[in-house]
Amino acid sequence: MAEAALLEIRGLGHEFDVSRPWLQRALRGERRRFLRAVDEVSFAIPRGQTLSLVGESGCGKSTIARLAVGLYRPSRGSIHFDGTGIVAGQAQPALRRRMNMIFQDPYASLNPRWRVSDIIAEPIRVFGLMKDRAQIAARVGGLLSQVGLTPADGTKFPHEFSGGQRQRISIARALSSEPEFLVCDEPTSALDVSVQAQILNLMKDLQARLGLTYLFISHNLAVVRHMSDQLGVMYLGRIVEMGPAEAIFAAPRHPYTRLLLEAIPSLSEPGRARVPVGGEVPSPIAPPPGCTFHPRCPLANARCRAEVPQPLTLQTAHGAVDIACHAVAEGRDRA
Amino acid sequence: MAALLEVDRLCVEFPTRRGVLRALDHVSLSIAAGEVLGVVGESGAGKSLTGAAIIGLLEPPGRIAKGEIRLEGRRIDNLPPSEMRRLRGRRIGAIFQDPLTTLNPLYTIGRQLVETIQTHLPLSDADARARAVSWLEQVGIPGAADRLFSYPHEFSGGMRQRVVIALALCAEPQLVIADEPTTALDVSVQAQIIALLKRLTREHGTSVMLVTHDMGVIAETADRVAVMYAGRVAELGPVASVIQEPAHPYTAGLMASIPALDRRVTRLAQIDGSMPRLNAMPPGCAFHPRCARAVAQCMAEQPGLMAAGRTEAACWVPVKEALHG
Repeated sequence: MAEAALLEIRGLGHEFDVSRPWLQRALRGERRRFLRAVDEVSFAIPRGQTLSLVGESGCGKSTIARLAVGLYRPSRGSIHFDGTGIVAGQAQPALRRRMNMIFQDPYASLNPRWRVSDIIAEPIRVFGLMKDRAQIAARVGGLLSQVGLTPADGTKFPHEFSGGQRQRISIARALSSEPEFLVCDEPTSALDVSVQAQILNLMKDLQARLGLTYLFISHNLAVVRHMSDQLGVMYLGRIVEMGPAEAIFAAPRHPYTRLLLEAIPSLSEPGRARVPVGGEVPSPIAPPPGCTFHPRCPLANARCRAEVPQPLTLQTAHGAVDIACHAVAEGRDRA
Repeated sequence: MAALLEVDRLCVEFPTRRGVLRALDHVSLSIAAGEVLGVVGESGAGKSLTGAAIIGLLEPPGRIAKGEIRLEGRRIDNLPPSEMRRLRGRRIGAIFQDPLTTLNPLYTIGRQLVETIQTHLPLSDADARARAVSWLEQVGIPGAADRLFSYPHEFSGGMRQRVVIALALCAEPQLVIADEPTTALDVSVQAQIIALLKRLTREHGTSVMLVTHDMGVIAETADRVAVMYAGRVAELGPVASVIQEPAHPYTAGLMASIPALDRRVTRLAQIDGSMPRLNAMPPGCAFHPRCARAVAQCMAEQPGLMAAGRTEAACWVPVKEALHG
């Protein structure tokens, strides 16, 4: 599996400096403060597959998305794309061309003063893939048809399109440099459900036709189940459960994964009340010691409060699942 | 059961330079005492606008062009602003999506609660403060008496929404309009807030109009649901019937396009196209350009709500078969 992986991440960590300005620090005698957004994250995405990261706000999933395409420089760990290390800030156009990103908000990610054809052609021009104007125009027209718009839409401006159509434009832009790998950061969470279905179907069609590899970021477990081969559940910067999506949905083991699944209202049983779980995600600036989930966990004991759990591999009917939980390791979750 | 609130053929219009746009078109709903009515629809369907019209908070130049809104049989859509202000908060409360913009960041939450209570109820400072503390306890804020002196930024998102619920309910209104109350929250906190809202409104016998785009929240909370499309009510009925045996093709398409957690499909059912813009409304049924069942009548004549199966649907050719199985 290691040699087939298109993207491989090992021991990834990222910290943001959230210190006050130095003068205030000096006057108050404070130290620098860091927010640990991502900690000890490792995974690999085989070519042509989709790996999804799911979690609540502040769990670090979007930070990983940005690290994966080199928008941030990782504090620790390594990211290899097709065997080559990615280092942010270092010009690697050959590598950059092969990956692209689709953002959450189609209202903010398209330049309102550019025509759609210029927006889509920008990666082609930046990477110098084509020089001839007629050739670029033909390629842009082809991309627009591929995402379900018409070539004539190229002369319009973004404001003339609805949210779903704008997301189609940003998918066309992401595809214009002929990438193999797309990072999709909440691509449908700003859209209505009927439009979300259109975009998810389009993304699956494109994956089948072009052999794309996706890193899919979402907070919506139903969307994730629909899209993913592999699934990673994140909590406060760490992956708590990771494995084949079918295995995790068939038998979730980590208490946080179970909480997330139980917290989703059911459409098949209207009127069924959810079991609300107490507490909220703590601040990542001062995470709890030990397992960061212990303040909300029904299975927490003294060991959970003191010792950070390491991932443990369990074999299931659907494949190997890595779970970082003392209770699962000790079999306390089945007691 | 007598209706607490009746919305009768309500039309809301926005005059623009290029003509008058009709954003709500003959919307009729009713909410019984103690009932939770869900209002669901996509962006621009008019669900929030219906809520805003009921509490008299339409942004000018929007105006009620036709129809009536009645609370306990008395018209409230034509009240002078001063009377409407007395009614708002006292008899109809409101909860909005973003708790940070609902609360005033410069005042402590205690001051905001006491101000609201004293505006509507003749209570002394001490009594009002005691009532504020009791409401903070009821919405599950730990250390309520001390938290009176905290500012909104000192609370987390979920706790802030609890404060907003306390503010909306502290004068014990008969009806609460909750407009996307959990959309800004994470899913685990969303479950806590929905459970709280359900418990408090049941205890106090408050009716709720729950406006949301999230069918899951509607499914677990509402007694009846109104599905809105392009400024009209497309379907209205008991929540289980609308979800499991929708009669309107739009509702059926909407339900099928939601990815499910308990089964995996290779392809989601999708409704092609998008909702028509207000300035380009098709004649007849607004959904006909996207509808596979459309017949000639759909393109010519606008359907009103009529009984179809266990619900009421505004459709000439309603779906008869159940969604699953």
